[in-house]
Amino acid sequence: MRLAAQGLTKQYGGVTVLRDVTIEVASGEIRALVGENGAGKSTLIKILGGAVVADAGEVRLDGVPLPVGRPLAVRQRGLSIVYQEFTLVPDLTVAENVFLGREIGGAVLRGRTMRERAQRLLDELGVRVDAGAPVRGLSVAHQQMVEIARALVTEARVLILDEPSATLSGSEVDTLLGVLRRLKARGLAIIYVSHRLDEIFAVCDSVTVLRDGRHIRTAPVTTFTRESLIRDMVGRDVAEEFPARTARPGDVVLRATHLSAPPRFRDVSIDVRAGEIVGVAGLVGAGRTSAALAMIGALRSSGQIEVRGTRAAFRTPAAAIAGGLAYVTEDRKARGIFSMLGVDDNITVTHLAAFARAGLLSNTRRRSAAAAAVKAFDIRAAGLGQRAGTLSGGNQQKALVARYVVRPPAVLILDEPTRGVDVAARAEIYRVMNTLTDDGLGILMISSDLPEILGMSDRIVVMRDGCTTGVLARHEATAERVMALATAA
Amino acid sequence: MTGRGRTVSGRSAAVTAFLSRYAIFVALALECLIVGLATDTFFTSANLVNVLRQNAFIAILAAGMTFVILTGGIDLSVGSVVGLSGVICAGVLAGGASVPVALLAGLATGLAAGVVNGLAVTALRVPAFVVTLATMLMARGVAFKYTDARTITGLPEGFATLSGGAVASVVMIAVFVVSWIGLARTAFGRHVFAVGGNLQAAWLAGVRVTRVQFAVYALSGVAAGLAGVLVASRLNAGYPRAGEYYELDAIAAVVVGGTSLFGGRGSIWGTLAGAFFIGILNNALNLFHVSTYDQLIVKGAVLLVATSLDRWRESA
Repeated sequence: MRLAAQGLTKQYGGVTVLRDVTIEVASGEIRALVGENGAGKSTLIKILGGAVVADAGEVRLDGVPLPVGRPLAVRQRGLSIVYQEFTLVPDLTVAENVFLGREIGGAVLRGRTMRERAQRLLDELGVRVDAGAPVRGLSVAHQQMVEIARALVTEARVLILDEPSATLSGSEVDTLLGVLRRLKARGLAIIYVSHRLDEIFAVCDSVTVLRDGRHIRTAPVTTFTRESLIRDMVGRDVAEEFPARTARPGDVVLRATHLSAPPRFRDVSIDVRAGEIVGVAGLVGAGRTSAALAMIGALRSSGQIEVRGTRAAFRTPAAAIAGGLAYVTEDRKARGIFSMLGVDDNITVTHLAAFARAGLLSNTRRRSAAAAAVKAFDIRAAGLGQRAGTLSGGNQQKALVARYVVRPPAVLILDEPTRGVDVAARAEIYRVMNTLTDDGLGILMISSDLPEILGMSDRIVVMRDGCTTGVLARHEATAERVMALATAA
Repeated sequence: MTGRGRTVSGRSAAVTAFLSRYAIFVALALECLIVGLATDTFFTSANLVNVLRQNAFIAILAAGMTFVILTGGIDLSVGSVVGLSGVICAGVLAGGASVPVALLAGLATGLAAGVVNGLAVTALRVPAFVVTLATMLMARGVAFKYTDARTITGLPEGFATLSGGAVASVVMIAVFVVSWIGLARTAFGRHVFAVGGNLQAAWLAGVRVTRVQFAVYALSGVAAGLAGVLVASRLNAGYPRAGEYYELDAIAAVVVGGTSLFGGRGSIWGTLAGAFFIGILNNALNLFHVSTYDQLIVKGAVLLVATSLDRWRESA
């Protein structure tokens, strides 16, 4: 037995976020920790890692209580956490990052030793990264591996990964899962937090389900089906992961022709019709987001854009929005949400002019518009003034989409619309997408989630290395065909 | 046990929330109370009018500075712009122009300085700290050149009365009311918060970020021009050294008033309270006959304590 947490309870300002949760993870075991956003996973992890002090309960490693409220001491005892947000310093090398805060050597660092040891660690993980390279140039997937290497450098016996796959594409996820299996074979106890059920069934031995801060069930993964796992997480049946689509595509509302911005992407041509969802599939780094940014004028490019049949050359996102083309970012936290501002400000910021008379905003009209969006998108907030940074990921995402449809554009580009979003919120976002297309909006959906691409798209454009490699109609699309087009032939 | 613990923690959370929101107002009230009790002279109308008048200039600068800092920027040039717009105003008057023309000249000077700052920050993409450090030096230099480092005196009778009585205080209140409406009730104001809160997000949300950034420096320049002509009127002279170190007092007022130097969070009324908190501190130190040197030390310490309390409540 390695890690045992007993009766953990935590309240914040009178709200109980974790209630009497007990979890035990053994050496050589990969445990999935699942639950909707707000189920208490993050709090549990932070308590285990010593970053948050529980109101009741204790955590023991090999029978010895772990230090409370001292993350560094916990780390030295052999429990490491890889958080969702990267904590790497971009301008330092891989080795410097791996040994950051634990440098070898005295006043003068022993750079070569650190480099060699970091390289050995990465090699053992089966990751082909040069320990001397600066982190800035690495792909997201490789940065993830550096994070893991960094966690392992302290001789970790327990490794906790908080949604490590959220930003990875298919093959990168496979690499990650391979690394996890190798670590498991080395006898580590691993807690794996993920919303992606495929991965859980692929790699985990057992599953712990949390809901509303309570422990619902812990059992071997083989005793679960997808449906029963979802049911345990949400506490009810989620009828269909993807709602039925009854597309009746109308006129072309977005036509991009021969769009190029080398080296990111070249000669991309995409049409979106009214009422249609066009999925853009591909691996991370295929140039999908760059192409979208070029369409809205956030990235210089050559080529042509037409919105509703009118030639457009947007120079800024503001101009694109005015012209009927809106883009919802993949990077909700860094480029989407105003975490310090209220839900109302977050929803109304784009179309404030709609609530002004003679230059003065009507706060009544602004609030009622925000309230209507909160209702329509089922955004769960304590009030319109609640800071958006304190909402769950799913609710932030819904607020973000709501922002751009306060006044519906002709075309909405959704970049990874359900990244880091829990199952129930995911279903609601799909429902919203259906409602929007029913109202005649065209949606261009960039997604690295293959089931989502297959489940929601009326047509699928596949990109690889900056080029479009194929277009599939809904009825001819299969996971295999999409993957074949997305990966090198 | 747990039930009781919950009530207490709930109540203390509410108290913390209240304090963090209104900390500067509570501090200001306490300060007035303490100084009022400790001296006979603080709550005399003469002293209160004096406090209002002395701090109106800094408060007006701080109002403009609030916009800039809310976007995550900084304007170090305002003190020098006070000096420059004051001497331009006085010079135009001395040249025989009417008072309104001279006032407009002073305000235009402030606007011009703000426009230069705004253009350099947005078009040249030079960090605001560097841009306004440069214009701080240049504006002061121009003020000295324009006056040959002499004081422009012999201004017409009517000019000095401009800042007489409660005029400066009324102007200050007007500036704050307009600023408050601008921040709370216009698209521009909400965009100021958006730009300071998350620049990238604001851009993608269709906020015309460069316009907002440009506008806040222009506004700060106008505020400095306004303060400049008021100061010149109060001195009844064009003094090229006027406004020295005002930028530091203005920034201190904004920060003590609870506006984050990182942008995106703060309030205009907090700034007003912050300006008077510092102003009354000065007043009290004078009433207590604290030496000028000790005053600097006390002010520095207060600034440190106030901002560290701010950091503490942010993390709490």
